[in-house]
Amino acid sequence: MSISKPLPHDAARLHVTGQARYVDDIPTPRATLHLAFGLSTIAAGRITTIDLDAVRAAPGVAGVWEAKDLPSDCDCSPSNHDEPMLSGNTIQYLGQPVFLVAATSHLAARKAARLGKITYAERDAILTIEEAMAADSRFEDGPRIWEKGDPGEAIDTAPRQISGVIEMGGQEHFYLEGQSAMALPQEGGDMVVHASTQHPTEIQHKVAHALHLPMHAVRVETRRMGGGFGGKESQGNALAIACAVVAAATGKPAKMRYDRDDDFMITGKRHDFRVEYRVGFDDRGVISGIEFEHYTRCGWAQDLSLPVADRAMLHADNAYHLPHVRIESHRLKTNTQSATAFRGFGGPQGMLGIERVMDHIAHELGLDSVAVRRANYYAAEVEGGQPPAPAAPPGSLPGKMKEQDIASRGSEELVENTGAQAADAPQTTPYGQVVEDFILGDLTDRLLASSDYDARRAAVAEWNAGNAVIRKGLAFSPVKFGISFTLTHLNQAGALVHVYQDGSIHMNHGGTEMGQGLFQKVAQVAADRFGVPLEMVKITATDTGKVPNTSATAASSGSDLNGMAVRAACDTIRDRMANHLASLHQCDARDVDFADGNVTVQGESYSFAQVAQLTYEARVSLSATGFYRTPKLSWDRIKGQGRPFYYFAYGAAVSEVAVDTLTGEYRILRTDILHDAGSSLNPALDIGQVEGGFVQGAGWLTTEELVWDEAGRLRTHAPSTYKIPACSDRPRVFNVALWDGRNREDTIYRSKAVGEPPFMLGMSVFLALSDAIASCGEGYPALDAPATPERVLAAITRVRDGL
Amino acid sequence: MDITFLLNGESVELRNVSPTATLLDWLREERGLTGTKEGCNEGDCGACTVMVTDARGARGLNACILFLPQIDGCAVRTVEGIGGADGTLHPVQETMIAHHGSQCGFCTPGFVVQMAVAHLNGDRNHDDALAGNLCRCTGYAPIIRAAEAAADTPVPDWMTDTPPASLGRKIPSGGPGGRQPPGLDAPETLDELATLYAARPDATLIAGATDLGLWVTKSLRELEDVIFLNRCADLQQITESDHSLRIGAGVTMDRVLDAVRDLNPSYAEMIRRYGSAQVRAAATIGGNIANGSPIGDNPPALIAMGATLHLRAGDHTRDMPLEDFFFDYGKQDRAKGEFVEAVTIPRHAPRLKVYKLSKRFDQDISAVCGAVNITVTDGSVAQARIAFGGMAGIPKRASAVEAALTGATWSEKTVRAAMAKMAEDFTPLSDMRASAGYRLHTAENMLLRYWHEDQGTRSNVLEVSA
Repeated sequence: MSISKPLPHDAARLHVTGQARYVDDIPTPRATLHLAFGLSTIAAGRITTIDLDAVRAAPGVAGVWEAKDLPSDCDCSPSNHDEPMLSGNTIQYLGQPVFLVAATSHLAARKAARLGKITYAERDAILTIEEAMAADSRFEDGPRIWEKGDPGEAIDTAPRQISGVIEMGGQEHFYLEGQSAMALPQEGGDMVVHASTQHPTEIQHKVAHALHLPMHAVRVETRRMGGGFGGKESQGNALAIACAVVAAATGKPAKMRYDRDDDFMITGKRHDFRVEYRVGFDDRGVISGIEFEHYTRCGWAQDLSLPVADRAMLHADNAYHLPHVRIESHRLKTNTQSATAFRGFGGPQGMLGIERVMDHIAHELGLDSVAVRRANYYAAEVEGGQPPAPAAPPGSLPGKMKEQDIASRGSEELVENTGAQAADAPQTTPYGQVVEDFILGDLTDRLLASSDYDARRAAVAEWNAGNAVIRKGLAFSPVKFGISFTLTHLNQAGALVHVYQDGSIHMNHGGTEMGQGLFQKVAQVAADRFGVPLEMVKITATDTGKVPNTSATAASSGSDLNGMAVRAACDTIRDRMANHLASLHQCDARDVDFADGNVTVQGESYSFAQVAQLTYEARVSLSATGFYRTPKLSWDRIKGQGRPFYYFAYGAAVSEVAVDTLTGEYRILRTDILHDAGSSLNPALDIGQVEGGFVQGAGWLTTEELVWDEAGRLRTHAPSTYKIPACSDRPRVFNVALWDGRNREDTIYRSKAVGEPPFMLGMSVFLALSDAIASCGEGYPALDAPATPERVLAAITRVRDGL
Repeated sequence: MDITFLLNGESVELRNVSPTATLLDWLREERGLTGTKEGCNEGDCGACTVMVTDARGARGLNACILFLPQIDGCAVRTVEGIGGADGTLHPVQETMIAHHGSQCGFCTPGFVVQMAVAHLNGDRNHDDALAGNLCRCTGYAPIIRAAEAAADTPVPDWMTDTPPASLGRKIPSGGPGGRQPPGLDAPETLDELATLYAARPDATLIAGATDLGLWVTKSLRELEDVIFLNRCADLQQITESDHSLRIGAGVTMDRVLDAVRDLNPSYAEMIRRYGSAQVRAAATIGGNIANGSPIGDNPPALIAMGATLHLRAGDHTRDMPLEDFFFDYGKQDRAKGEFVEAVTIPRHAPRLKVYKLSKRFDQDISAVCGAVNITVTDGSVAQARIAFGGMAGIPKRASAVEAALTGATWSEKTVRAAMAKMAEDFTPLSDMRASAGYRLHTAENMLLRYWHEDQGTRSNVLEVSA
C-alpha cells in the first residue's frame, strides 16, 4: 500500500512546471494595495522628529501609518507581548519597522518607504554578549540553571580537567521565498489572510488581536511555503497584521512581501551562542563531571528565545551520559534582530558544545575521538525494560491563566508539573529523562564499517605526513535529538476528513507544507487507512476554518502529530463504513477489509466508491474530525526535570575534508550518513530531509557568517554577502542511508520525526576541519563557528605556533 | 523605446517600455506568468532564471536584473515554456520529479530552466551550470542526480527558438511617444555609440547590467538617460592575432572564458568562479573594467598579463596599460564621453596564475584576487607582474614585491623575502568579507602557492579527493 513507499513530493509536478502557487503568485483582486515598512537606521534610541510628507506625496501612495495611527498596539510577539509592529518612539534595533506604506505597487511602496525623514536621539546600543552581561540586559530574572549530582566535586576529583570556550554564529534562514502575506477584507469586518507561515493559528490570533476581532472572524489559509526552517513560525506575524490593518482601514485587499534585503534586516535568525565548559574525565576520556555556561544573544524581543535556550540546555548532553552536570543559560537582550526559531531550535547550539568537549578531550588524550565518544555513550536500549511512565500532569489551573499566546512555543507552561522521574533508572539525561531507546552503539558500528572509517583514518594520517600545503581531516559525529514540543500542551493535532459519494477523499489537518513533504506523508496515511490509491486523496491547504487551534508545524512534529490525527479521522469514517457493510451482510465489522481500492466482506467485493455511496444512502456521516495528543509527557522547565520528549531520533555522520593551509579554504570530500527515521513513512522524502538538513547544518558551521558592524547594522543582508552552500559545496561523495529500525514508541506506523535531527549531522564537517587543522601542529585548534576560511587559517596559525 | 521578442514561442511587441523595467517584474506583474520567482532581486540566487536565445545561441539569464530593452530581438523561454504545449514534460522536469529534486519548490523553476539550457547546449558540468542557482532544501544532491539522468535524452523539438532578430528583421524602435530619435537608445555600431555618448556624456551605459541592475532593484534609482550596448555588434568582437586577443568591451564573460580556456587556463578557471553561468552570460569584460570596482576580478588578472586598454571618445581613441586606468577608489582615467572600447591581452600566458579567494568557492565576491605572472630565465626572475584586487581602493600592482623578485634567484628564500614586502604595497581594509590581516596574510601566501605550484607541490584543494 502507500505507506513506506518512496513517492515523490505531492506537488513535484507543479513545482517543475512553475504552476505551484505561493502567496505572491495568487492573482490579486483589482485595487490591491502593496505594503512596505520604513526601517530605523539606528540600533537604539528615541525618535526625535519624524517627517513622512515625502512618503505620502510619493507616486502611488495610498496611505501611511505610524504606530499612533494603528487600531491597537498590533503586537507581533508569540510570547511576551513585547513586539509592537511599528516602533513608536523607541528604537530597539537597526532595521526595526517605524512606519508602514501602502501603495499601488510593490515597487512604489518600496520607493516611498525610503523617503521618511527621521531624526533620532541615539543611545549606546547593547550589541555583544559582554555589553549585555555588563548591563544585565536579559530575559527572565536571571540565568536558568539545571544541575544534576555534584559536578564541581566530580570535576575537581577527576584524573584530568580541561576547560574551554566555543563561539558559534547565528544563521539566516534564507528560505528562497521571502516572507509574504495577503489580506482580503470580507463582509462584516471579517478577514481572510493568505500567509506564508508555519503557524496559521498564530497569524489568526495576532490578526484578531490587532483588529479587536474574535478569532472566528479571521480565517488563515496556507497552501505552501517556499521554505520555512523555523523562520516562518513567528516572523510572518508582522506582515499579516500589516495587511489586515490596511485591508480593514481601506476596504481593499493588501499584500506585503519583504524584499530580500528587508527580510534580512527585519527578521530574526538562529541564535548565536557562546558555550564555556569545564570538564573532568579519566584517561579513557570518560566524563565524570561537566559544567556548561551558555550565553545567547536573543535580540530585542523575547520571541521564542526561552524555549530555544531551553532546548540548547536539553541537548547539552547530546549522546553522552553525564553523571554530574551543571548547565547555566543566559538569555541576553540585545539591540539586534530578535533571534527566533531555526531548524533544531537551540538543539544544535547545545549539541555543538558537548561535541567540542569530546573533540577537545580526544586531542588532550591523543585518542581517536570516536573512542572517546563511544566511551561516554548512553547505555544501549533494553527491550521490555521500560520504567513506568511518570504521572500525568494535573490539569491547567484556572487561577494561573494570564494573557498570552497559548498556541505559541513562546508562551509559558500553565501547569505546575509534579511528574517525578522514575526511581533507580540506570541512566538519565541531565534533566532526568530515562534514555530508553539508545541505538547509537549499533548505528555507530554500522556507519564506521560502511564508511570504512578505520582505513580512511590511516589514509588521512598518511596523506598528512606527505603533504604540507593541503591537509585532510576526518570526523565522526552522532546525534540524539529529543522529539516533542517542550511546551507540553502544544503536542496535539487535529484533522478533518471527508469522504464524498464518489469515494474521493478530502483531507485536511493542522500541519503546514514548507517543502518537507508532510502533506504527502499524511496523504499516504489516509490512503492506507482506506485502502485506496493515493490519487483518491485530495491534499488541501491548511485552513484555520477547517482545523482550529493548531500548533506550529515545528519541532519536527508534523508527521507524528498530524499523521496520527488524520489516522484517527479516517478510522472513524472507515469504521462507520465497515459497520454499515457488516449490518448489510449480517457479519462482524472486523470482517470488512479495505484494500487495493476495494472493500471486501464475506467474499463479496465492492469498490470503495460503491461503499461510500451505500453509506451515504444509509444516512451515515462520511465526515469526521480526528485528534491526537502525544502521551507520556511531563516537564518542568524551571526545575529542568521530567520527560519533555516522547522519544529520541538518532543519526551519525562521517565527513572527510581537505584544507588549504595557505588560505584556509576547504572542500568536503566525502560524507557518509546513517540516520534513524524509525520505520519510514516515505524513505525518499526522509532521505531528502537528511541530505538537505546536513548541507544546511554544514553551511551554518562553515560559510554562513552574519556580520554586524559597530553601529549594529547587519552587513551581510543578501546572497551577495551572506553565503549559503552552493551546488559545489555539497560533499563530493555523499552516501546517505536510513537505519532500518522501528520506533519503540507507538508513533504513526512506528516512524520517527526527521525534520530537524539531520541538521546536526553537519557538525561532522566542522569537526573534520578541526581534525585537519590539528594535524598542522601540537596545539588544539579551538575552532570557532562559522569556520570561514579566515577562521580556519587563524586556527592553523595558532596550532602551528603551539598556542 | 519599443521592443520585440518571442516569449515561449509567441511574438510580443511592447511600446514605450521603461528602460529600467525588469523582465521579471514584467513577467510576473504584467504578463501573469508567476512561475519565474524572485528570490533575491540581485542575480545571486537563480530563482528567476529564464532562457534567452539570440544569434549566439541559448543561455540562462537572471530575469530580476535583466531590463526589457536587453531582450529586444531575442527569444525568451520561461519555466512555463519548458514543457511542451500539450503538457508533455521536458526530460529535466521528468527527472527532477523522479529524483526528488524539489522540496519547497520555490527555487525549482529557476533550476529547471537552467538545467534545460545546459541540456540544450550539451553542457554536462552540472556543478558549474548550476552554481548560480541556490537551493535551501535539498542539499543539491538529488538535483544533480536529476541533471545526470536527463543528460542523454534528446532535446525536445519545442526547445529550439529562432530569435526574431536573426530573421533579418529590422527592429523598430522609438516611434510615437519615444523619448529618443529612432534607434539611438541602443546603437548598433561603434560610430553610432561614440556619437551618441559624446552628445550625451551623462548617460548611463548599460551592457550586462549585472552590477548596474542593482542600482535599480536595490538602490531604487531612476535611470532616465541610458544607452544600451547589447545591440552594438562592434563592441562584441574578439579579434585574434598570433600573439594577442583584442576583446571588445561588450564581450560577455562566457565568451571570454571560451576564448582563453586553452592557452590561459588559470585565468579561465578564475572566470569560471567569478560568476555563475547566468552572470557570465550577461556580464561583459568592459563593464567589469569600466566599473572601476576594487574587487572586480578581471583587472588584477589582466594587469598581470600586461593588458592594454583601448578607450574612445567621439572619433578619438587612445591606448594605455590597464593599470594606469585606475587612479583611485571610484576614479578612473576616463574623460567625459569616453568609453572603454576593448582590451588587448596576450593569447598565451603560460606563467600566469590567478588566485581567487572568497568565503564560498562559487559565485562569491573575492576577499582577495591575486594574479601572479613571473618569468624565470636561467634560474633568475626575469620579470614579475603581480596585481591584486581587494587589497586597495583600486586593482593595483604589487610594486615592492615585484622589485624584490626581479633579478633575484628563483628560490623559496626569494619568495619569502618578497612576501615580506607585501605590507609595503598594500594596507587593506577590514569588512564583512575579510579582515585586513587575513587579506594581507593570504596575499603573501598566494606568492608561496605560486612557488609551490611551480615546484610541483600539490597545493590545489580542488584537485584532492577522498
